[in-house]
Order: sequence, then structure tokens, then C-alpha cells
Amino acid sequence: MTSSRSATTARRSTIGLKILMAGTGIVFVAYVLLHMYGNLKALAGEEAFNTYAEHLRTIGEPMLPYGGLLWVIRVVLLLSLVGHAYAAFSLWSRAGNARRTKYAAVKTAMRTAWMRWGGVFLLLFVVWHLLQFTILKFSVNPDRQGVNVQQNPYELVVASFQVPWNTLIYVLAMLALALHLSHGTFSAQQTLGWTMTSHAYRRAKMVGHAVAAVIVVGFLIPPLSILFGLIK
Amino acid sequence: MNLTLKIWRQAGPRHRGELKTYKVKDISPDMSFLEMLDVLNEQLNARGEEPIAFDSDCREGICGMCGLMISGEAHGPEKTTTCQLHMRSFTDGEVITIEPWRANAFPVIKDLVVDRGAFDRIIQAGGYVSVNTGAAPDAHATPVPKPNADRAFVAAECIGCGACVAACPNASAMLFMGAKVTHLSELPQGQPERAARVVSMVEQHDEEGFGGCTNVGACSQACPKGIPQDVISTLNKDLRAALRG
Ligand code: HEM
Ligand code: SF4
Ligand code: FES
Repeated sequence: MTSSRSATTARRSTIGLKILMAGTGIVFVAYVLLHMYGNLKALAGEEAFNTYAEHLRTIGEPMLPYGGLLWVIRVVLLLSLVGHAYAAFSLWSRAGNARRTKYAAVKTAMRTAWMRWGGVFLLLFVVWHLLQFTILKFSVNPDRQGVNVQQNPYELVVASFQVPWNTLIYVLAMLALALHLSHGTFSAQQTLGWTMTSHAYRRAKMVGHAVAAVIVVGFLIPPLSILFGLIK
Repeated sequence: MNLTLKIWRQAGPRHRGELKTYKVKDISPDMSFLEMLDVLNEQLNARGEEPIAFDSDCREGICGMCGLMISGEAHGPEKTTTCQLHMRSFTDGEVITIEPWRANAFPVIKDLVVDRGAFDRIIQAGGYVSVNTGAAPDAHATPVPKPNADRAFVAAECIGCGACVAACPNASAMLFMGAKVTHLSELPQGQPERAARVVSMVEQHDEEGFGGCTNVGACSQACPKGIPQDVISTLNKDLRAALRG
């Protein structure tokens, strides 16, 4: 063993990639929790929701320009997504190559398949979601159209979730997210080496399940309240 | 007991293999799994057929040679090695599928025998402590706190059988490597080379073509020595520490 093996070797290794996946995954978890909090403002009515959306843009002024922090967050999220997906796909293809002759009698590992295909589904969902609410801001509701809907965040949200098929997409995506995060949140802690006792290991699993439960419930309250007419 | 066995037959490393069906009769439930295969091989010998090649050495659960994938479970249905598995764990008339460990890093040599040399090369890359030989030091010369000693012992139980790799959906060797790294990282003797060790071993692991870990824990479930998942956490932590410089 030579002590000259460098940090570069370590960074490119399978574990290095996992650490990248864990770090970027934690960025997502933090962001998703914040995002959920913002969405729940819809329960407090149009003014609370739109004020919050505006605050996101004025936060940090005058140190930051209008919308400055939002752009910082967007760049961090985009870089994280690139890193996360890069690590996921590299390790996925590595794992495929590591056993080219398959077993006749071994069942496939469901959790690993869920993480990978579920992750791809989440990526597609993120694209749909951003087109709908951030980039194009279009309404899928034939009864609620026009600039007034597009330029008013609250109106756009209400209009969108009155449409059952659109709400269904979000329900499926949140279930996929819950599955991804219940394993992912635990897995990240294991990858970062925070679970060196069996007690810490069990705790990490519990944190994973808790994060997943909070996220599905918290994210689904506003869309379902709108679909069932509790919010108009 | 009468059993139907579907066994992987492969004449050599570069030959195509296939599952072949055999019948065995009057197997005692008290026989070990390997003894049952011995009985089958005697029958094959008597008929002038090529006996089935499989590995074993100690037959007492400590050498790690005897790994087989038995109906989709590494070392079969019990938490033990194949040599310590008894036929009473199966039912009369059962169909049992027997395959070699499957991982590109463990190429098949013949039938059920694989080459686990990749594990040796991982150990050679750093799974040791460099010391000058000489008289053995006094046992109390280097004190080790009890919890650290206990954890080092748990990790040191790994017998290098490869069941963790065989059971892993990614054919990753992280449990094996985690056991070896944790064993040394818990002890004072392991400290000076701690960072260099983990970097070299992980590099060798990747070079051998093992996959990465997805923390699903199939390895610990398959491990005959019950090596726990938290050794992988220690491995990850040591690598992360080395990464910082
Ligand atoms: C580009 C789409 C995505 C793909 C292909 C993907 C795939 C994966 C894979 C394969 C893992 C490793 C699973 C394991 O170790 O068992 C993972 C982990 C994780 N993912 Fe994703 N994912 C994607 C998007 C997301 C999104 C949108 C979020 C959060 C909102 C997220 C959060 C996490 C977290 C927290 C982890 C744990 C990191 C770790 O395993 O150490 N992922 N992802
Ligand atoms: S960790 Fe367990 S399954 Fe893996 S080689 Fe060691 S004893 Fe065998
Ligand atoms: S033959 Fe030694 S462990 Fe089974």
C-alpha cells in the first residue's frame, strides 16, 4: 500500500460517486421540504400564497437583486440534478456490467429497481412540473384561461388542480417521490458514514420513513383540497 | 428424502454452461448439503459421468470456500455456510436449483467453482498492517477499549466466502471490504495507514469490476457470519475522510 494514492482516485470511485449522490440528494430533500411549506400557504388563501411567492423574489434585497436568491437556488438545484443523475446513471451501468450472466433462480431486487426507474419517472415529472408552473406557466383547465390566470400564481395552481388527470399525475409523482426518499434519505446517511452503530442504522431508516410520510401528506393536501373544492 | 437437482454444468471458463437435471434418492435429512452432492458424485462416477465440481475445504463453516447459490439464496435457506447446511432444511420431493456465485469479478472455473482471487487482490491492496516482524509485543502494550475490540472482532468474523457479492443486486463487494476496513480501523494498529488503506482497497474493488452499493442490505441477510450493514458506513466514512486529503 502506498500512501501517495490521492484524493482524486477516491473521488472517482464507486463510493465517491455515492457521496456525490448523497450530497445532492440531501440538497433536494431540504429544497423539497421548503417547497412543501410554501405550497401549504395555499390553505391560508390567495393573499398569503402570492405574498409568499413575491417574498421569495425580494428576499435579500437590497444586497441581492430582485429574484437574486431564487436564481442562486435554481443554479444550485440544477447543478445538483446534473451531479445526481450523472452518479445514478454511472453506477447503474456499472452494476449492469458487474453481473453479465444472470441467475436462473434469484428474484430481482425491487428497491434498487424502484430507485432507478422511479428516479427516471421523477426526472420526467420535474420537467412537466417546471413547464407548467415556471417556464411556460400554462393552464390545463379549459374553464380558466388567460393572462390573469397565468400571471397569478394562486389562480394558476387552483386552475391546474381542478383538472383530475393533472392531479393524478401529481399524486403518482408524490408516491414515487415518497418511495425514492424513504430509501434515499436513509441511504444518504449510510453513504455519508453516519450509521456506524446498529442503533444509528435503525434511526436512519426511521428518519427515511418519516421524511417520506411528511412529504406525501404535505404535498398532497393543497392539490386534493382544490380537486375536492375545499379551496376555490 | 428424494430430490430433484438442477445444477449448473460448465466444462471450463470459456465454455457455455447450462442447468442439468439430476435425481437423488434416499438422502438422509442429517446429511450436510455437500455430503448430498458427494452422494450424487459417487453415482455419477459409477455411471462413468463427469462428477460435479464444487469447492469445499474445512466443512466446518470457517474457511469460506463452499459458497453455492441454492434456489436463489446464497448458502441456501439457513444463515450458515453451505457445508453447515443440512438436508432437513429441505422437504422431500423438493426441486433445488444450484448455481455458482454470479459476478464478473468471480469468473466460473468449472461447474460450481468460481475464482474469488479478486478478494485476495483487494486484501493485497491494503487490507493489512505493515509491521516489522520480531518478538510478539506484550498483550497489554497497546490498550484497546472494549467496545472497539468487540466491533473489530465482529468485523473480523468475515471468512471471505463471497456470499455478499453473490446476493447483491449490484454484485458489489462493499460488505466484505467494509468488514476488512472496519476490523483494522477500530484498532490502534490500523490507524497509521487508515486513509491510504481505504483508498487503495476501494480502487482495487472498482478495478475488479464489482458494482457500487445501493444500501439495500441483501448482503447482510446472506452473510453466514452476520456481518452488519454498519461496517459499510465505516468504510464510507473512512473513504470520505481520505477524500478530504
Ligand atoms: C434524475 C432523476 C433521478 C434519478 C435517475 C435518481 C436516481 C437515484 C438513485 C439510483 C439513487 C441511489 C439509490 C440507492 O443508493 O439505493 C438515488 C438516491 C437519492 N435520490 Fe435520486 N434520482 C433522481 C432524482 C431525484 C430527485 C428529484 C430527488 C429529490 C427530490 C432525489 C433524491 C434522492 C436522495 C435523497 C437520494 C439518496 C442518496 C444516496 O443514495 O446516498 N433524487 N437517486
Ligand atoms: S462479509 Fe459475510 S458474506 Fe461477505 S465474504 Fe465476509 S463472511 Fe462472506
Ligand atoms: S467448507 Fe469451509 S466454510 Fe464451508
